[in-house]
Amino acid sequence: MDDAELLRRLLGGDEKAFTELVVRYNATLIRIALYYVNNQASAEDVAQDTWIAVLRGVDKFEGRSSFKTWLFRILVNRARSTGVREHRSISIDPLDHDASVAANRFDEGGAWRAAPEPFTDAIDRAVANEKIIGLVHDAIARLGEPQRAVVTLRDVEGLSTMEVAELLELSVANVRVILHRGRARVRSDVETNLQGGGS
Amino acid sequence: MRLTMHPLVCQQAVELMSDYLDGSLSRRDRRRLEKHLAACAHCSTYLDQMRATIAASGAVRPDDLDPQALDELTELFRQFRGDGDGT
Ligand SMILES: [Zn+2]
Repeated sequence: MDDAELLRRLLGGDEKAFTELVVRYNATLIRIALYYVNNQASAEDVAQDTWIAVLRGVDKFEGRSSFKTWLFRILVNRARSTGVREHRSISIDPLDHDASVAANRFDEGGAWRAAPEPFTDAIDRAVANEKIIGLVHDAIARLGEPQRAVVTLRDVEGLSTMEVAELLELSVANVRVILHRGRARVRSDVETNLQGGGS
Repeated sequence: MRLTMHPLVCQQAVELMSDYLDGSLSRRDRRRLEKHLAACAHCSTYLDQMRATIAASGAVRPDDLDPQALDELTELFRQFRGDGDGT
């Protein structure tokens, strides 16, 4: 069932529709809140406040944006006002260049010394490969900010780069740089764990 | 360095993959990368790893919601709807 249908049912007072939305989005809300506040308990409070705001405001939701975007906007507004009190500051230096792949993987001419190993025999299998999915999500959880928030919104939740930039009040260029670094870190983490992990 | 006409080496190519997959590379960089990919199996594998990573990021994972949080929120919903302890 899609979000719009769940929302329609929620408007009719359907409790199951509400819990389904919570199951779908609460983990992401907490994760995004952690971009602004500095501990798990505060993040959980912000997520709960967000759901209260959803229940209060759902009849006024006009559907001009997707439910997801509307939900995340409420979260960010609440997290931001809490986060200001906790004084969390994020520094982004686009010029600070962390290599995507360790320099020793390349020879003096910049060519791969050894071939990287494919993660799956077909890309679409990755979507059904529980081991890869688990490794990827663990790696995302281990990212530092702001990469974690950006990768979560863009790649986990599928927002556009523009939407992520608006939500987090970053420039589109910065979102791209942060996303690039976050994805590179996740890929490299998965590669390491696939080689080390066996199974 | 990016703006020179030199062909890309692998170490530079990997830094362009994320923007390439999002369609946000300049025409010039996109051409240089595609030219490199056509001739480099290793970088093509790297690109596939990146695609697999992004695909797996968006895949539905087993839900990791704390059951207590769900109970609390369900309770909240019932209070909000005004029927105290459910139906
Ligand atoms: Zn190459």
